[in-house]
Amino acid sequence: MAKRVEIINKVQDTRAGIIKKKLESDFPGIDNIKLVDVYTIDGISEEEIDKSSAVLFNPVFQESVDVGKLRGVDYAIEIGFLPGVTDNVGNTARGSIEDRLDVKVSELEVYSSKLLLVSGDVSKEDALNIGNSLANSLIQSIRVKRGGEFYIDGGMEVLVPRVNIRGKPTADLVKILNASDDELTIMGKQGIINVDGSRRGPLAMDINYMKTIQEHFKNKGRNPTDVELESLAQTWSEHCKHTIFASQIDNLVDGLYKTFIKGATEKIREKKGNKDFCVSVFTDNSGIIKFDENHFIAYKVETHNTPSFLDPFGGAITGIVGVNRDPIGTGLGAKPVINVYGFCFADPLDKRPLFKGENKTQKMLSPRRIMDGVIEGVNVGGNCSGIPTPQGFMVFDERYRGKPLVFVGTVGVMPVESAGRLSHEKKAEPGDYIVMVGGRVGKDGIHGATFSSEAMDSGSPATAVQIGDPITQKKMSDALIKEARDLGLYNSITDNGAGGLSCSVAEMAKESGGFYVKLDDVPLKYPGLNPWEIWVSESQERMTLAIPKDKWHKFSDLMKRRGVEATVIGEFTDSGNCIVDYDGKTVMDIEMDFLHDGVPSKKLETKFTKQIYEEPGLSSLENLTESLHSMLERLNVASFKFISQQYDHEVQGGSVIKPLQGKGLVNGDATVTRPVLDSRKGIVLSQAINPSYGDIDTYNMAACAIDTAIRNAVAAGANLNHLALLDNFCWCSSDEPERLGQLKRAAQACYDYAVEFETPFISGKDSMFNDFKGYDENGNPIKISVPPTLLISSIGVIEDVSKAVSLDAKFEGDLIYVLGETKNELGASEYFAMAGEQQRGKKYIGNNVPGVDAAKNKKLYMGLAEAIEEELIVSAQSINRGGLGVALAKTSIGGQLGVEVSLENLPGERLTDVSALYSESQGRIVVTVNPKYKTKFESLMEGNAFAQIGTVRGDAKFIVKGREGNVVVDSDIKEMNKTYNSTFEGY
Amino acid sequence: MAEPRVLVLAGHGINCEEETKFAFDRAGAKAELVHVNDLINKSKNLEDYQILAFPGGFSFGDDTGSGNALANKIKNHLWDEIKYFVEGDKLAIGICNGFQVMTSLGLLPALDRKYGNQQVALLPNENARYFTRWVDLKFEGKSPWTNGIEEMIIPIAHGEGKFYADQGILDKIENGKLVAARYVRGDICNHFSLDANPNGSLNDIAAIMDKTGKLIGMMPHPERAVDVAQLPHYTWIREKCKRERRDVPDFGQGLKIFENAVKYFEED
Repeated sequence: MAKRVEIINKVQDTRAGIIKKKLESDFPGIDNIKLVDVYTIDGISEEEIDKSSAVLFNPVFQESVDVGKLRGVDYAIEIGFLPGVTDNVGNTARGSIEDRLDVKVSELEVYSSKLLLVSGDVSKEDALNIGNSLANSLIQSIRVKRGGEFYIDGGMEVLVPRVNIRGKPTADLVKILNASDDELTIMGKQGIINVDGSRRGPLAMDINYMKTIQEHFKNKGRNPTDVELESLAQTWSEHCKHTIFASQIDNLVDGLYKTFIKGATEKIREKKGNKDFCVSVFTDNSGIIKFDENHFIAYKVETHNTPSFLDPFGGAITGIVGVNRDPIGTGLGAKPVINVYGFCFADPLDKRPLFKGENKTQKMLSPRRIMDGVIEGVNVGGNCSGIPTPQGFMVFDERYRGKPLVFVGTVGVMPVESAGRLSHEKKAEPGDYIVMVGGRVGKDGIHGATFSSEAMDSGSPATAVQIGDPITQKKMSDALIKEARDLGLYNSITDNGAGGLSCSVAEMAKESGGFYVKLDDVPLKYPGLNPWEIWVSESQERMTLAIPKDKWHKFSDLMKRRGVEATVIGEFTDSGNCIVDYDGKTVMDIEMDFLHDGVPSKKLETKFTKQIYEEPGLSSLENLTESLHSMLERLNVASFKFISQQYDHEVQGGSVIKPLQGKGLVNGDATVTRPVLDSRKGIVLSQAINPSYGDIDTYNMAACAIDTAIRNAVAAGANLNHLALLDNFCWCSSDEPERLGQLKRAAQACYDYAVEFETPFISGKDSMFNDFKGYDENGNPIKISVPPTLLISSIGVIEDVSKAVSLDAKFEGDLIYVLGETKNELGASEYFAMAGEQQRGKKYIGNNVPGVDAAKNKKLYMGLAEAIEEELIVSAQSINRGGLGVALAKTSIGGQLGVEVSLENLPGERLTDVSALYSESQGRIVVTVNPKYKTKFESLMEGNAFAQIGTVRGDAKFIVKGREGNVVVDSDIKEMNKTYNSTFEGY
Repeated sequence: MAEPRVLVLAGHGINCEEETKFAFDRAGAKAELVHVNDLINKSKNLEDYQILAFPGGFSFGDDTGSGNALANKIKNHLWDEIKYFVEGDKLAIGICNGFQVMTSLGLLPALDRKYGNQQVALLPNENARYFTRWVDLKFEGKSPWTNGIEEMIIPIAHGEGKFYADQGILDKIENGKLVAARYVRGDICNHFSLDANPNGSLNDIAAIMDKTGKLIGMMPHPERAVDVAQLPHYTWIREKCKRERRDVPDFGQGLKIFENAVKYFEED
């Protein structure tokens, strides 16, 4: 008989207090909330439960009580997990109980839930709404009970959310040989049909794909099994094959990726010759570059957009923990040393609801809930894994309301050699065991790969949601990267991400030439999974390894001692075939060639129309002091220190330039980390993203992103000759020629600027269908597409971190310089957006989007790098969103020192004060310099556009004089501290 | 005596073991990472070491309460060895999650040297959120770990760091002079305009010890303050030193804690 163990605080419970505070504004009737941790335990005797329940709480401040006896409860609200959803707390509790009883009890099950005991003036509807505001009905169950009932019943009923799957799992034949085109189209879109007529969820294959498969099986003279069809759908998915980047587009036969991204890298590597620092690019789970004589670094940035929209916490934690596995699965394995993040959200104050279903059904989560959940997910994923998370950003635009973008990335470090082998190389040999390591397989994450390749509509399945388990992964990662790798116990390793085993095994089998898998041997979370589900499930925390038979015993023994599950599930072969068995039958028998290269080629057509926007009329009487404060409060400019402070950026001990810089704790654009503790070398990271520029021209958007990512890194001390880039395209409606036209222009700019700056792309990932199709607040159909978005991430090396530069002004009397030219480039700027919103309730866009002169900027950055090397630069702040005004403010707030500058000598075009202050021209940096080094600095920068515009003050005054010599901004640091920090106060 | 051997616990979600080992090694000890399971299966023996370190991290993901699950595991399998160790002339330190483990094991404060009774706890921070920043500490009491250390700047990073004990226990800790360090307003708080107490700890307590002073536990991370480049105002200090024509100091102050431990055995 299952029993509940209920734990309550003996002393004031901070967590309950925070929940109450969060709910107060919407439910003012609440007097008090008690929070109860509930463990529902099944499979052991009551005696055993009593004996072991003490392991579930801390007696200093908690006690185990029967809460059904408590008085004064007006409503009880319990939130638990739905069957099959990862329950990390329940799993740990199970382990602790087993350990305490000192026996393995296979029937023992522990489920965690949270019970809120609410007292006050609360209606049943309130109680349900409270439950809904705290739980996510996709993954959690909510039970509500009135106080009287709760008391009479003696509490909540025991509920065991066990997975119960009826029927015997089998592989079905899917009759496609004679299927009509219509039937094939529906099957591709909605999935294989079940016996009851329902569909299994998207294969995400269009009619061409389906017909290619039909033809292939006609030649074989048989219908495919569902395992085969699902497997092809996974391997051929946009998510895995990147068909849009790979296909011929207009007259580019090789497609965008080969022509512009890989093409740029090849050209740069050739040009650099023996100074090439790339080691392994575009071939593995992350890109590898040189770090020092003994180490390489690997870097990958991913997106996890759709899952984060459905379950923000689960989606984001799965994203960050998932991308950690990319370096772990690169070469023979790199140790994760730095996490990065980037979030594109809608305004958290936007309260307009969205619905997935007609008639206002299936309400989607609000921007605020998505934002809170995503931030929390990366918090738990990163912090629990012990990987510092210093670098990140937030960008806001209302078009992220239909789908947020969640970027997560990880840098790993690996020795050049491991166990006598070059660690960036790997090869599964025929005869090697296929070994699955880490977590078990459940229904979670089924169709993740095909799902994210589709726009989101009402047919989207909830099973696409997973919840990461950082501790299971940490144990696995430690055992592999810190022990097994350097003992030489495996030949190859890769991560189980999209498509699960079907993709990881098939991918590794390219190294050997084929594989055989017995699905019966795959360890499952619960019985009843169909073979196709086992094969494509995206259950997390799993790696696939190739292990020579003679090393299996040693490997298996090591994993056992580390409490990590490792199972032989088959063998790599050189047969040229992919063979999968289940229950004594062969359920998949496909040629490797067809699986990997059978995908039909597409030819894409593009169209590009340059948009012309209204040019805003700006008032020359504008109060620039006020507008600067308004700018500092903007969502895209304001401090997000609440995130930086909740993400541990100090763990592993390597943090040098931190996310919050200077006395004023200002969010910087770049961070520096020492990945090897006895070395003075550092990794410099930055990111750049300008979706608004794409409204005018995606070519400029990409050019500016590349220039900014490079500029930020150089300003922190990175060496421009040892700097690489990563691209993440997050597009929308990528089946429309106009969207593809925008894509092509952005990719073209990537080539042009990467080549010009000699900064190779080393890795990338795209997500092409970030569209929401549903219903608005009035129940009318609505499609919301994200703006075409390109994230450029830079990774560089700094020889000696004692040269690293932070953004804050440091001493009174230091000279303030602007490097680079300011032009009339307010198009799609933050200032235009603000002015439009203030004047007419809608952003202005304008047309003068910033352009980039790479040759000029490169020369300037080389000059700056030399000045940094000579230790002449006291502070450096790249001029980014918000222009010179915001950059000066950050320099000043960072140092908590005033400034006095004049716009009179600003290098570049002769501009109005407004344009001079807010234009977002690229290639500019604000630096401060000790007056002692004035001559040295100026002669070093000779030949570049730059000028001293003022000095750092000793007091708190922030003064800007206009081109006429009059004071146009007159403020002080105290006020600026307030506005810069006010926007996300209380988040 | 030769360099003392340090056992730095690892596994089950502990994640600060490498930098903790690095700090001990830099201080002149010979530190070794040992998986908890290797102690349980006896392939490693606690007896062979002079110093035991419970590093920071997220053992068992903080599930069922921070430090709780790992403490239970140790209680179930290693209690006799641990008790023998702490009652001998040995040193032990718990940092952050390691401190939470030591309190859950009843190794701290172990009033009246009764090891094994849970007497204090680290509760969720006042704002119920994980928080990373630097703090100022003022040291007091007598412990070989803190000999000669008066103040220190050092980072914290935790979600559950609010020191709590009921009034009776708290009085005994205060009267017994078992507080090792408190959060105070000092250089860091002044430089960055921050409050002294980052998490609502009672009596501003950041670190405590047992009666012998040989066992110590602290929420802040001394292993993250062993190199000047780790300081949050490193670039400012560098520039200041340059203008004052002096060298940038070599080490962060946290290293002294590890050096003290080494010294304790050297003086034997």
